[in-house]
Amino acid sequence: MSTLLEVRDVKTYFYTMKGVVKAVDGISFKLNKGEVLGIAGESGCGKSTLAYTIMRLVPPPGKIVGGEIIMEGKNILKLSEEEFRKQYRWKKISMVFQGAMNALNPVYTVGFQIAEAIMYHEGLSKREAMARVYKLLQLVGIDPKRAHSYPHELSGGMKQRVMIAMALALNPPLVIADEPTTALDVVVQAQVMNVLKKLQRELKMSIIMITHDLSLIAEIADKIAVLYAGKLVEFGTAEQIFLNPQHPYTRGLINSIPRLRGDIKKLEWIPGLPPDLSNPPPGCRFHPRCKYRMDICSKEEPPVVEVEPGHYVACWLHAKK
Amino acid sequence: MKLFDPTPDKDTIMYAKGLKMWFPLRRGITDIIKRRPRLYVHAVDGIDFKIQEGDVFGFAGESGCGKTTTGKAVIRLYDPTGGVVGYKPRKKLLEEWSSMGYEPPMDEHGYVDLAKIPRKYTRPLRKELQMIFQDPYGTLNPRFTIFEILEEPLLIHGIGETREEREDIVAKALEAVKLVPPEEFMYRYPHMLSGGQRQRVVIARAMILNPRFIVADEPVSMLDVSIRAEILELLLDLKRQFKLTYIFITHDLAVARYITNKIAIMYLGKIVELGETRRVLENPLHPYTKALIAAIPEPDPRNRLRLRDIPIKGEVPSAVFVPPGCRFHPRCVALDQNPQLKPSCTQKEPPLIEVEPNHYVACWLYAKK
Repeated sequence: MSTLLEVRDVKTYFYTMKGVVKAVDGISFKLNKGEVLGIAGESGCGKSTLAYTIMRLVPPPGKIVGGEIIMEGKNILKLSEEEFRKQYRWKKISMVFQGAMNALNPVYTVGFQIAEAIMYHEGLSKREAMARVYKLLQLVGIDPKRAHSYPHELSGGMKQRVMIAMALALNPPLVIADEPTTALDVVVQAQVMNVLKKLQRELKMSIIMITHDLSLIAEIADKIAVLYAGKLVEFGTAEQIFLNPQHPYTRGLINSIPRLRGDIKKLEWIPGLPPDLSNPPPGCRFHPRCKYRMDICSKEEPPVVEVEPGHYVACWLHAKK
Repeated sequence: MKLFDPTPDKDTIMYAKGLKMWFPLRRGITDIIKRRPRLYVHAVDGIDFKIQEGDVFGFAGESGCGKTTTGKAVIRLYDPTGGVVGYKPRKKLLEEWSSMGYEPPMDEHGYVDLAKIPRKYTRPLRKELQMIFQDPYGTLNPRFTIFEILEEPLLIHGIGETREEREDIVAKALEAVKLVPPEEFMYRYPHMLSGGQRQRVVIARAMILNPRFIVADEPVSMLDVSIRAEILELLLDLKRQFKLTYIFITHDLAVARYITNKIAIMYLGKIVELGETRRVLENPLHPYTKALIAAIPEPDPRNRLRLRDIPIKGEVPSAVFVPPGCRFHPRCVALDQNPQLKPSCTQKEPPLIEVEPNHYVACWLYAKK
């Protein structure tokens, strides 16, 4: 399998009045063509910022301050905004935004909002673009007649599917889905996930799926990256992460999910709070909450170690000094 | 065919019979001129249930099914449109009412009908019935310190003569929810606390009047997964320590399975399935419950290799124009497989039928002559 996207030591900092918030602080991973990568982590761990970094849409006062993002042999962080907008954004990398229900413009029909990107990027007429829109809506399981509806006339699940159709408009090889199902009910969530899964298979696209819900990640991801406080703590295949988690944080997260089947086990939780990212703890950022912490954990940052093929962990339990 | 009977028995603390909560829609000027009748949102549309002392009674369903409305109606945060909410009060409450010169309406079982108490006399209820709200970011006044937030119910109910006394009570409540040492939290503002700590303050506020019945409305849905378990355990701890009974409202059936012992699955203002939680979730009988359970994601990486089969069609209809007969019939897959049931399903509302001991389903599939 060939690499589609490589993220190398990317850093995105927010320069606020209260200091520098290191939201994404040196994250690296590779994504292959046709693969689904799940990025998991709690609120404030930097997962959405990472998505916006890849889209080069980090809102001020945020800034991408370091690292490389390689796509098709080019470092897309080095391109000018003009080049990136014309050649990459939406064409090569598109995004399903969080809270998609509110991301649609209420004064345009949903069909026009999808067509807009097609018209600008491919220079098609409105009529030609709308023909594509009908096909896209069909693809995500919406009656093409709905193209002429306004957002308020659609249900939450339908709006979400419109957002997915919009992300697919230019047939990009990579789609980033940032919490694509929050605020949806379980039945609708499952339907939207089915749509995503089906499309991923049919169009052989890559997806980066960002969510705090590990169960949802298990529904779609081939590989999983677990973030904590702006750092990657564990990376591996879905089986490796769920069946053989190595980082104490990953284990804590998995053991804190109540299950629907099997015995009712007492739930575990991770005591304490995630750190303030403008003043993260020294050494391993997880050490204040970790029950296995050692002396070295508060002094030096753990290196990323490959514990089995393709399974990486940043923890002193696995690193040898 | 045995139907559900909400008649209270010796351990029943609360029961509801035909509880209705409708909200009127605004009528426009043309509606008034044309004399169109007023329309209502049928948020809760005639439900029966029975809660025993010490239960954690779950109400589950999708948004808009009426679960929160039910919770608010039974403790009289709303004024129910119809039906009976029978409640067995403590002696203290009856004494307080009689000192106000009020004689509460009693039903034939000696339960007070909460639905019929005039607004004037509902205040003393707060010492028995309390609520934990969903959003710990929205329900704490940002201009009040934690002490002021927790002191307010004491002032309203005239508990604690001096500030020192009230500080004492507040400190105890903070200790009960494990915000220790209390002095460290009392004079902070909500924005200085994390989500989990705020939710503890919300719980402390519900506990401070020493209630015995608490409606917890999605208390963990806004929290990060890693701290949800901590709050759930705290709720169970408090229940044991203070002998509480909970109504636990949730959309997450896995959470419901962990914390509740009985559950009512709601759909569009009606209870469609009722029983012991484990039984209902392991052996769901109503076509809606089956679909709901089939849709829940689980942390099993094998799931990515298959599409989920969710046996349901269409979308939730409007709660203003409720479908006739069984309100689930337009979405029901079981009806398509059993077309002989069509006359019943589309015309008659199904009652809660006992299918196995203490497991009730409102579905014509299970009706026997």
